[in-house]
Amino acid sequence: MSNVPANLRYTEQHEWVKIDGGTALVGITDFAQNALGDITFVELPTVDQDVQQGNELVVVESTKAASDVYAPLSGKVVEVNSAVEDEPELINADPFNRGWLVKIKVSDPAQVESMMSAEDYQKHIGND
Amino acid sequence: MPFIANTEEQRLAMLDELGLTAEQLFDDIPAELRCAPLRVDPGLSEQEVRTRMAGLADRNVSDLISFLGAGYYDHFVPAAVNALVYRSEFYTAYTPYQPEISQGTLQAIYEYQSMICRLTDMDVANASMYDGGTALCEALTMAIRISGRKSLIIDESVSPIHRIMIQSYTDNLGIERIQTPPSAGCANRDRIIEQLNNQKTAAVIVQNPNFFGCLDDFSDLAEAAHAAGALLIVSCYPIALGMVKTPGAMNADIVTGEGQCLGLGLNFGGPYLGFMATRKKHVRKMPGRIAGRTVDRQGRDGFVLTLQAREQHIRREKAASNICTNQSLCALTALTYLSLLGKHGLAELAALIADKTEYACQKLTAIDGVKRKFPEKSIFNEFVIELPYAAGEAVGRLIESKMAAGFPLGRYYPELERCLLVAVTEKRTRHEIDRLADALEDLV
Amino acid sequence: MKLLFEKSVAGRRASRIPSSDVDAKANIDRRLLRDRPAELPELSELDVVRHFTELSKKNFGVDDGFYPLGSCTMKYNPKMAEAIAGDPGYTALHPSLPQLPGGARLVQGALEVLYQTDRLLREICGMSAFSMQPMAGAHGELTGVLMMAAYHKHQGNKKDTILIPDTAHGTNPATAAIAGFKVETIPSDNHGRMDIELLKNALTDQVAGLMLTCPNTLGLFNHQVKEICRMVRDVDGLIYCDGANLNALLGRCRPGDLGFDIVHVNLHKTFATPHGGGGPGAGPVGVSEKLVPYLPISIVSRRPSGRYYLDYNRPHSIGYVAPFYGSFGVILKAYAYILMLGGDGLMRVSENAVLNANYIRHKLKPYYDQAVDEVCKHECVLSAARQAKNGVRAFDVAKALIDRGFHPPTVYFPLTVPEALMIEPTETESKETLDKFIDAMIEIAQLSETDPASLAACPVSTPVDRLDETRAARKPDLALLPTE
Repeated sequence: MSNVPANLRYTEQHEWVKIDGGTALVGITDFAQNALGDITFVELPTVDQDVQQGNELVVVESTKAASDVYAPLSGKVVEVNSAVEDEPELINADPFNRGWLVKIKVSDPAQVESMMSAEDYQKHIGND
Repeated sequence: MPFIANTEEQRLAMLDELGLTAEQLFDDIPAELRCAPLRVDPGLSEQEVRTRMAGLADRNVSDLISFLGAGYYDHFVPAAVNALVYRSEFYTAYTPYQPEISQGTLQAIYEYQSMICRLTDMDVANASMYDGGTALCEALTMAIRISGRKSLIIDESVSPIHRIMIQSYTDNLGIERIQTPPSAGCANRDRIIEQLNNQKTAAVIVQNPNFFGCLDDFSDLAEAAHAAGALLIVSCYPIALGMVKTPGAMNADIVTGEGQCLGLGLNFGGPYLGFMATRKKHVRKMPGRIAGRTVDRQGRDGFVLTLQAREQHIRREKAASNICTNQSLCALTALTYLSLLGKHGLAELAALIADKTEYACQKLTAIDGVKRKFPEKSIFNEFVIELPYAAGEAVGRLIESKMAAGFPLGRYYPELERCLLVAVTEKRTRHEIDRLADALEDLV
Repeated sequence: MKLLFEKSVAGRRASRIPSSDVDAKANIDRRLLRDRPAELPELSELDVVRHFTELSKKNFGVDDGFYPLGSCTMKYNPKMAEAIAGDPGYTALHPSLPQLPGGARLVQGALEVLYQTDRLLREICGMSAFSMQPMAGAHGELTGVLMMAAYHKHQGNKKDTILIPDTAHGTNPATAAIAGFKVETIPSDNHGRMDIELLKNALTDQVAGLMLTCPNTLGLFNHQVKEICRMVRDVDGLIYCDGANLNALLGRCRPGDLGFDIVHVNLHKTFATPHGGGGPGAGPVGVSEKLVPYLPISIVSRRPSGRYYLDYNRPHSIGYVAPFYGSFGVILKAYAYILMLGGDGLMRVSENAVLNANYIRHKLKPYYDQAVDEVCKHECVLSAARQAKNGVRAFDVAKALIDRGFHPPTVYFPLTVPEALMIEPTETESKETLDKFIDAMIEIAQLSETDPASLAACPVSTPVDRLDETRAARKPDLALLPTE
């Protein structure tokens, strides 16, 4: 049973977002890390890079798969979690906290409204 | 029937079990799509095939005294190389997908990767590629991925064969290729640096020794390329690395080369071996299979194919390359060859080749009317001489006396029509070199 | 087992380099020399021989046992091929010889081998001409797709998309992408074949071509293939046949007759040249008439006198994909194999390959799910989905087969089949071998019910057991570098 924290917003591609004022913390969900298996490598964007909602943001690799993480929101990358570059296993162990990936300064806060609630996401992965 | 084990009786028993006739096995191919019986002659015995193939081999002239090189060289191969490589456990296996029963191939690949790193002074190498040309093509697409840029600067003293391959590989990719003519037989610094663009240039591509046999130190080009945010790709001749400055010491970013000379034989063009090495920071952008060391459940060392998320079977259209396997048996050949030469053997071999080359160069340029081209450059195993008339003509005449005098450069460099590229390996004796000199003197 | 480098003893030598017979000394600028020798190991010849002999014993090849690795056609590699390819009349030939004035007459035998192999492949595949240059299957794919690009460019077409079914080998989409095309994936229908309706929707003017594996990776022949080719041709697209599975079709039908414009042939699969632990292979590419001008340079042609020569005068050619004439040593072996089999032998190959695959499929049907329940061609795809319910996955079945003396089938491919086990027995295996394999598979299926834990421990008979691939990828150890 995947963990789906209630205070986050979700995408169909299994990214989560935590809004804090004008910034959004982005990661992949417990469901996603479980599907990928042991994560071995993460390729993060560079700080200050502009990102468009739906574009490739991060690449996450496991031994048998490689998966693109798409930007859930448009904006500018203000911080990346370099801890996961050295220890990609953090994403497996703690996807919603220490395994976060990117912090984005959100340019269009209205985009948040189009994302799924925890309840909706739970239904989404239930049907996946 | 050769190579088919089942007897007629077994075949019928199996069909019976399936409840099918032999024809029904192919019922899913509609009748209108079936072909007429193939117009291929009936099968032959092994003895007949061997006789025919030996007859064809006899129609090749393989006992020429050859000074033909141009990137592919006639080196001596110790008998132990083939004795090991042709062990069927190596040559009848496939890509080591199941590591528990492929530790032989996997450890050999790891050792080969280590050997290439030690030769080139680089951090990591892949498990090998088809040949030096495809390795170079893969290196420049790798540089394009790393830099996110789409322009290449290629020195024209890089093998013209490889440059044609680069053109074929990149023609549909919207990539700019700037070719810079060499100056006095070496990469033209001024032209290359003038073309370097800190927005556009992905890589500068050079070769050592270059196609004319001239040696170079590209440290300055590495510095200039890096200052512009570009990579330096060096294609090199691995036997020369027994003595010449390494691409690693020049600060190259990607190193490739043709491994044919490492025990493979000339084989009329293949199979050959491409090697590729790079810096640790670029390893996840490197194409090709890679073996890595890890442990099993009991903590014992073992080897696996690793970093596979770069590859086509996982990443499909986003893969670093479409390459599926490596050139495993050829890499094993190179590994055994280098193991047998060893640290001092390789250095001595390189020194011997360089001495013989110097002798040949002195001897040929002592002929009246024969000049050394690019005389101020250092050479290793190959050099260019200029004749008083078209080099092709001289080569054509010398073939009649069973000598391949070298490669006439006019084929790729029209302005060098009178120039001949002469290669020397450890197999060429003083006597043979003298004979070439005598024959050439008679002609000139 | 120690690495070569760890066995090195300072001062030990395997080989002596000849002493110099010239008095000249090289005069190389010191700044162009390396400052110390490369740290190669120092070993005796016996050290080297024992090292690699020991390594070889940790390997498994076709000569060791049954190797039903789906899609790889691991048939027996006749020994005569090595004897032929080792002839100095071939091995010592410099590839530039025919480019020298008067040089072609020095290599007439080698040119004849290339010419005749081309002719045989034309007849077997129904194509107008072949290039022998591509050095592997994936390299053949690239050559084919580069020709697609050249063709459309020459026609003035602006096309940027290649269609590929979801069951395709990863090399297909990777090839299309590195050749500069966009890739659009076409899903399969529930019979495992490309969905024709979805193909129809995808066929826009942007489509440069379609890449299709025939038979497909589920081992199924697509009876609609001619119709598919016609549909693609209607939008001026080209149709590529991935010939990885040609073994099933030998003498039965020909890609050219089916409507394909391009096909690559894996000589190391269909024509029995050794796989060499991953290579060298050879992937000659054949084309239909309209693509002949785009084939790589050079092509071996024959003059009315019977003399062979290399034709370089081909202005529309895509150029070189290999430095010379491809993997000549491999082509030589394939040529000898075809001579030995003959037309009748080729028919026997396809029949026995298909018979053996169906025999396995039929016998294992009660024990394993089938991807598609119908007569297959050269390989059958089973699924361990039933066993997975007890925690025994395709991976575990593979490892259990190792302990029973078999090389496992291809697992987890095609991607469309859960827990896929892709089994390709080839025609060279006997009924007795198939029966032993079938018994092992049945035993494993039964153990998955009664004692799944015993399978999770496999393999136990190998020099190492299951290796930590996660650790290998997280902290890559890719070379032993000199310590200093």
